[in-house]
Amino acid sequence: MRTDQLIPLLTAGLLPQDRHAILRRFCIALSVGAAAAVVALVSSLGIRSDLPELLATPFFWGKLAFPLLMAFAAVPVAARLAIPGASTRRAWLLLISCYAAIWVVALVVLVAAPADARLGLLFGHTWSSCPVYIALLSVPCYLALSWAMRGLAPTRLRLAGMAVGLLSGAIGTLAYVLRCPEMSVPFWALWYSIGMAIPMLAGCLLARVSFRW
Amino acid sequence: MPDKPVDRTAACGVEMRLKGLLHLALDGNAVAYASFLEVFSGYLRGMLRRRLRSYEDDVEDVLQEVLIALHNGLHTYRNQVPVTAWAAAIVRHKVADFLRSHAHREALHDPIEDEMELFAVSETESLDARRDIDRLLEQLPERQRAPIEYVRLHGMSVSETARLTGLSESAIKVGVHRGIKALSRLIRG
Repeated sequence: MRTDQLIPLLTAGLLPQDRHAILRRFCIALSVGAAAAVVALVSSLGIRSDLPELLATPFFWGKLAFPLLMAFAAVPVAARLAIPGASTRRAWLLLISCYAAIWVVALVVLVAAPADARLGLLFGHTWSSCPVYIALLSVPCYLALSWAMRGLAPTRLRLAGMAVGLLSGAIGTLAYVLRCPEMSVPFWALWYSIGMAIPMLAGCLLARVSFRW
Repeated sequence: MPDKPVDRTAACGVEMRLKGLLHLALDGNAVAYASFLEVFSGYLRGMLRRRLRSYEDDVEDVLQEVLIALHNGLHTYRNQVPVTAWAAAIVRHKVADFLRSHAHREALHDPIEDEMELFAVSETESLDARRDIDRLLEQLPERQRAPIEYVRLHGMSVSETARLTGLSESAIKVGVHRGIKALSRLIRG
């Protein structure tokens, strides 16, 4: 086909563009991914039996705040990476500062604790399973967000994969919080991060396959 | 790489011109969209000919693939991003894809620096692309293939096609739109 034949074809297929396409796709993908993660959690591991009482404690909301903050900060990064040529520097800075803030709190807690309690605060009882569960719970969100990204135009695939992986990890963590028995900030800062880093790394490696458009 | 320095004021003029056309196109103005694609493909052809000197026969294929990618990504254009930067990012991505699939390692170490190179020289004479779109067209369902064939082969307008096929104008537009998406999937294999 000649290029001057392709152009009339493309113009004939022109529809008025949806200016909110990115927002819409991300909203759909995040709701589907989060709902699927919660359903998967409830039907496999189950939630904490004391969850109703926990909802009344501020500490539980603090625990929820970490993945929630990471998710909120990762959305602009992923969304900017879906726009060809858009700068992402400010979005990354926001994400990194949110993450740094969590570690500041974790370190303060660690330093304030008596020396022999520190290992307990950091490792809890479930450190070996926590990142694995988070990574597994992030899978539905990663799949949903891959769908969202394929319909947009990511041009920096590895970075987009990392951002989407991290966002899925944050949503997976958000679901896992309903089951996680640990109640220490250093534990969250360390093991939740590792849990989120797994899908982030996987996203970086899989981006070329999952985001083709 | 072109040796002549790129004129930034000229590039700025290109930006203004393309931006005006693209904004009209985003609201559904097909005439503005056609001019946008023509102006843009002129620059793109110039750049690709210099870039893909060792793949001269593939220039039109890559060009068409970029145009289709741009078309499919139209809804990601945002006001805050210059049109030239937006388009150049898509081009860079698609050219890298092409070079990767041709396993030409040296070329990968020579990335397209910025949009100034893309919008340096415009070339409007085209060669035929080698890929046989007709064979791909046959794989599409009738309601997408027919509108594409009328509009492409017979050069008809959307309203003429609508009258001929008895379909509504919006059905023709949607058929062509979906057909192009399906075609781009087929091209990628």
